Amino acid sequence: MNPLLKSILSTGFGFAILRVMTPILLPAMGVAISELAGSVNIALEGIMIMAAFFGVIVSAFTGSIWLALLAGIAAGVTSGAILAYFHLKLKADIILAAIALNMFASGFTIFMLYIFTGDKGSTSSLKSLVFPEIQIPILKSIPVLGPIFSGHNIMTYIALLAVPFFYFLVFRTPLGLRIRAVGQNPHAAESVGINVNRVKFYALMLSGLFGALGGLYLSMGYVSWFSRDMTAGRGFIAIAAATLGGNMPMGMLWASLLFGFVNSIAIYIASLDIPSELIQMIPYLITVIALAIFSIKVQMKKKHVEGARELYSEEVISGVVKDISSDGD
Amino acid sequence: MEKFILKYFTLIRTLIAILVGVIISVVLIYIISEMPAYALKQFLLGPVLSVSRFSNVIENASPMIFCGVAIAIAFQAKQFNVGAEGALFLSAAVGTAFAVSTGMPTVFHIILVLIVAGITGAVWGFVPGILKAKWGASELVSSLMMNYIAYFAGLYLINSHFRDKNAGFLVSIRLPETAWLPQFIPGTRMHLGILLSLVFAFLGYYFLYHTTTGYEIRTTGHNDKFARFGGINVIKVVVLSQVISGMIAGIGGMTEVMGIHHRFNWQNSPGYGWDGVIVAIIGRNHPLLIILAAFFLSYLRVGSQVLNLMADVPSELVAVIQAIIIILITAEAFLSKWKYRITMKQAELEEAGNESIA
Repeated sequence: MNPLLKSILSTGFGFAILRVMTPILLPAMGVAISELAGSVNIALEGIMIMAAFFGVIVSAFTGSIWLALLAGIAAGVTSGAILAYFHLKLKADIILAAIALNMFASGFTIFMLYIFTGDKGSTSSLKSLVFPEIQIPILKSIPVLGPIFSGHNIMTYIALLAVPFFYFLVFRTPLGLRIRAVGQNPHAAESVGINVNRVKFYALMLSGLFGALGGLYLSMGYVSWFSRDMTAGRGFIAIAAATLGGNMPMGMLWASLLFGFVNSIAIYIASLDIPSELIQMIPYLITVIALAIFSIKVQMKKKHVEGARELYSEEVISGVVKDISSDGD
Repeated sequence: MEKFILKYFTLIRTLIAILVGVIISVVLIYIISEMPAYALKQFLLGPVLSVSRFSNVIENASPMIFCGVAIAIAFQAKQFNVGAEGALFLSAAVGTAFAVSTGMPTVFHIILVLIVAGITGAVWGFVPGILKAKWGASELVSSLMMNYIAYFAGLYLINSHFRDKNAGFLVSIRLPETAWLPQFIPGTRMHLGILLSLVFAFLGYYFLYHTTTGYEIRTTGHNDKFARFGGINVIKVVVLSQVISGMIAGIGGMTEVMGIHHRFNWQNSPGYGWDGVIVAIIGRNHPLLIILAAFFLSYLRVGSQVLNLMADVPSELVAVIQAIIIILITAEAFLSKWKYRITMKQAELEEAGNESIA
């Protein structure tokens, strides 16, 4: 059999896809939640690297996985909050502020790495912890499915569970409703008493939370150390995955799987004589094409059913009004 | 004095932001270093203490100026096209491919290679531009994606078709000497591309501030509804700003190849496009100020490398500092209370003056 085909059909390949997908899916949700609230967050790269760094450092110095988890999440959420503060309170352009945050996070983590370890490459001299791998009881003994879906790092399962969680958060909670209302029409949202800035602030902090989980996975699961700039553009790939997935949970899962698939192929064919660059290029190409098609569609819809759209946002707003009057906020 | 402050408020604010950044770096050096005075001297004066270091400052500033001007032209039209990085990378790869497969007298060769690189960059700017102008697709996302496409396409082109198999590492075949940009100061790597970057900064300035199209770009960036109302073809302006932006970045990338290494030797994206964003912000999207900003950033970078080499402070200090400077510059509310107070005081003074005249 063709060696490429053979490796793609192996269960190890399926396992690799899920493994590679995890640190893309989590930050993609971070991109999406802020996008739904109407702010473009391109700082996931910085958020992830901060979480990855603080997770490893805290686990190495305290020996506690829980404190490490907490520290990583705190680092990510704080980064999101800093971005929100500069954007919403100090009126900085969010894109430029995010570029600054990414730059800061990259430099700061290397700087601190040097302070802590005397090394600017990685924390390989520190004994840091990793999150546990989970064997799923019945699933693991099923042939084919078992080796693909069982035995992953717990963060991979958290990423998969985050998909329904994201849906629930956005479509079934008052905060989600407010986020969507703010994203669709901030003025209308404001007119029904929503504090637009506060909702955007929360959304960017949630963005930091998702990004932090992705970053923690990188340094405490995907590998067991922190190395400089280890996010390697995943924060930007997450933007692609969120765009390709239309900022919707299932869409982002498929988009992340595509990125996982393509990157795993690139690893597998590295030994064969096929230019891996062209294969790695595909998801970005698809994203640009999808973005174009999506935008054309939106514009055509806008032209034809302007009125219907207004009706829809009215519906969302009236939902918010009901929601607010019911919880007495 | 206060009138002066009001008139040049943004400039003063930028300078204060830079000053804050430098002060923070001095404080950080004093906290971290065991020989702070020496380290500080290396950081601040290191780049001017040797010819080769100072020429490094100038050499590194050149691609930053190209990319800064490129980004500024897009930013002036309020187009967040961050595709300079990709345009630079792919244009350099395509230009290299073209240069090694053709042969002709030197001046023609240089000009033709730069044109090919410029066209490649222009095409790269056109895609996000047209997607935005026609259908409103976010140019930020599409240009980010185009960066990756450019990166992989450029690598594919060089590694699979124009790779120098005799070299021990992944680099392209050496450019024929007819396509080399002359280096004009012996003992340094200063090359004609540096002068070209200055020429492009001046052209960019002239274009933005002294031509109709430049005016249309700035008006569109300021308020696109107003621009449309005033009869400006906004679609054309949005596309054009990004095409020109990509073109300049592309030419900048090619001059690096033609002036310094004479072959394509990037396996990672060199990051000049992002430096371009930084200097465009520090230089307030004004091409002439971008020259200063690029020299400033380049000086800081070289200074930090000297610091890293000679003393005990990591060079990443600069990444932290430049982030602080940028965020202070972009935060519109930074020092706005100060401005407000001065404005109020001025208004009161004027009122008092008017009353006394009456």
